Amino acid sequence: MQEAEVKVRKRRLERAIKARTDTVFVIASPGDILYVLAPRVVPMAILLLLPLFVGGYHSKVIVHACVVGLLALSWELLASCGLFSLGQSLFFGVGAYMAGAMDKYLHLPIWVTIPVATLGGGALCALLLAPVVRLRGVYFAMVTLMLPILFKQIIEAWGILGGTHGLSGLTAFPNEWLDKYLIIVAFITVLFGLRSLITSDYGLVLKAIADDDRAVMSAGINIYSRKVQALFIAASVASFAGAFITHHYQFAGFSVFALDWAILPLAAAAVGGTGSFAGAALGSMILVPLSEALRAMGGLRMAIYCAILVFAVLALPEGIFRFLERKYQEFETVIEVK
Amino acid sequence: MSAETLLKVEGLGKSFGGVMAVSNVDFELKRGDFLGVIGPNGAGKTTLVNLITGFVKPSRGKVIFNGKDITGRKPYDIANMGVARTFQMVRLFHNMPAYKNLIIPLCSQRVRKLRGGKYGERDDVAIDLLDDMGFERTSNVPYKTAGSLPHGYLKRLDLARALALRPDLLILDELFSGMSMAEVAGVLPIIEKLNTQGLTTIMIEHRLRELFRVVDRVMVLNFGVKIAEGSPDQVMDSDEVKKAYLGVDVEIPRGKPA
Ligand SMILES: Nc1ncnc2c1ncn2[C@@H]1O[C@H](COP(=O)(O)OP(=O)(O)OP(=O)(O)O)[C@@H](O)[C@H]1O
Ligand SMILES: [Mg+2]
Repeated sequence: MQEAEVKVRKRRLERAIKARTDTVFVIASPGDILYVLAPRVVPMAILLLLPLFVGGYHSKVIVHACVVGLLALSWELLASCGLFSLGQSLFFGVGAYMAGAMDKYLHLPIWVTIPVATLGGGALCALLLAPVVRLRGVYFAMVTLMLPILFKQIIEAWGILGGTHGLSGLTAFPNEWLDKYLIIVAFITVLFGLRSLITSDYGLVLKAIADDDRAVMSAGINIYSRKVQALFIAASVASFAGAFITHHYQFAGFSVFALDWAILPLAAAAVGGTGSFAGAALGSMILVPLSEALRAMGGLRMAIYCAILVFAVLALPEGIFRFLERKYQEFETVIEVK
Repeated sequence: MSAETLLKVEGLGKSFGGVMAVSNVDFELKRGDFLGVIGPNGAGKTTLVNLITGFVKPSRGKVIFNGKDITGRKPYDIANMGVARTFQMVRLFHNMPAYKNLIIPLCSQRVRKLRGGKYGERDDVAIDLLDDMGFERTSNVPYKTAGSLPHGYLKRLDLARALALRPDLLILDELFSGMSMAEVAGVLPIIEKLNTQGLTTIMIEHRLRELFRVVDRVMVLNFGVKIAEGSPDQVMDSDEVKKAYLGVDVEIPRGKPA
C-alpha cells in the first residue's frame, strides 16, 4: 500500500458551529469562539473607544449616529410585527418635549426627566396609536406621519411649551463624557436587548403577527395588545433618544418633529438591511457620518446623498448587513481529513 | 363521559352583500361528538367555521360554547376558551422553522393556564407534538423552514398548530384536501384517537369515504341552508341531499345509487 497523502477539505466554520437552530452553537475550539464573538465584539469596541481618540466635532457625529441608530432600532421593532411607521419623529418629539417641560417647569433633575420621559413618552405614544393598530400597512403609516404635524400645530397655535420659540436654557449633562457615553451605551444596550427580545418566544409571536395575523389570532393571542406592547417598547426607545437630545442641546423645539427624524431612521434601516436590528444599527453608523462628510459639497449635498441612497438600495437590496453576514458565513478553513 | 352540551348554534346567519352564505343554521354538539359537515362548493361550510370561531361576525343568530354566549367575540378570545381550527388554505408562519410555528399557540393565555403558568420547554412540547404528526424528531424535518415543506406536511403542521392549543373543540376545514392517500391514512387514526379520548370534533370534508369512517353524525349544507342531519347512511339516502349533489363530481360511498 502506498503511503496515503494528506487529504484536506474545506469546511465552513458557520456550518460546523450552528447546530440546527439559530440559537444553539457547538463551539469546539478557540477559533470557533473567535468566529462567533468577533462580529459582535469588535464593532462595539470600536464604537466605545472611538470618542477617546477623536475630537469634539467627530464626537458630535458619533452622538448623532447613535440617536438616529436608536430611532432606526425602534422603527425595526415596529416593522418586525408588521407596523410600518413614518412617525419616528412623533416618539422622538414627545420624549424631547416631555423631558424639556419637566426640566423647565418642574425643575426636575436629569436623572428624573430622562427616565420619566422615556417611559411616559412610550406610554403616551402607545395610547395615542392604540386605536389605529388595527389599520394595516399604509393606513397606519399615514396616521403616524400626521401626528407629529398635529403636535407641532397644536404647540404653535396655543403657544404652549414655549410655542414657536421652543424651550431653551435647559439643563446640560454634568460633563461631556456622561453626555457621549450615555447615548453610546444606550444604543449598544438597546441593540442587544432588542436582538434577544426578538429571538425569544415573545419576539417570535411579534414576527408571527407580521407573517399572518389571522393564524396568530386563531392561536389564542390578542394581536392588538401585542402590537400596543411593541409600540410602547419602540416609542420608549425613541422617546429616550428625544429626551437625551433635549439635554444634549439644552433645547427642545419644533425641530424634533421634523420629517428628518422620521426619514433618516427609515433610510438607515433600508440601507443597512430591514429584517435585522444589526442592519438598522449598521445603516445609521454609515449614513449619519456620510451625510456629515457631504457637508463639504454645499448645495449638492442632498442630491448626492439621495443618489448614494438609491444606489445602495439598488446594488444591495438585501442590505449591507445581510451582505456582510453572508460573506462572513462563507468564510472557510482548511481541515485535514483523517 | 356525561352528555353535556358543548356547542349550541341557534339560527346562525350571515349575508355577504345580500348573498346568504349561511342562513338560519341550528345544531348542537355534545362533549365527545364527532360531526361531519358536507355540502357542495360554496355551500357556506367555511363561513360557518368563521362564524363559530369569530373570524366573521354573524348577521343573526347565536353561538353558545360551554354555556357561554360567544357570538361576535374576538377570534383570540374564542380560541382561549378552547375552540381551535385549521384553515382550508393553510395559514402558517412560512419563514419560521416548522416547530417554531407551534410556539405561537403555546404562548397563548389558555396554554399558559393549562400548564399552570409554567414557562420554558416550549420547544420540547412543540417537537413532541410534531413527532406525533409524523415529523420524525430524529430527522431535520421539524427544523426546516415551514415554507420549504411539501403540502402534506403543511396541512399536518396546521393541524398541530390547532392541537397545540389543547382545544375542547377542534374544527377541521378540509384538512385532507391536497393530501396524498398515504398522508390521509396517517392522519385519520390520529384524529380518530383524539376523538375517542374525548375531543369534540367538527370535520368539514369533501372526501366522504374517509369522513364517513370516523364521524358519528353528518350535517349537510346547501346554499347556506342545513338540508339534512343524521347518520351518514340516513343523510345519503335523503332526496334533498342527492339533489344537491346531482351533477357534482363527488363520490357517494358504499355503492349506493346517487
Ligand atoms: N368574505 C366574503 N365576502 C363575500 N362573499 C363571501 C365571503 N366569504 C364567502 N363568501 C361567499 O359565501 C358563500 C359560501 O362560501 P364558503 O367559503 O363558506 O363555502 P364553502 O362551503 O366553504 O365552499 P368550498 O367547498 O369551496 O370551500 C360563497 O358564495 C362565497 O362566495
Ligand atoms: Mg370552504
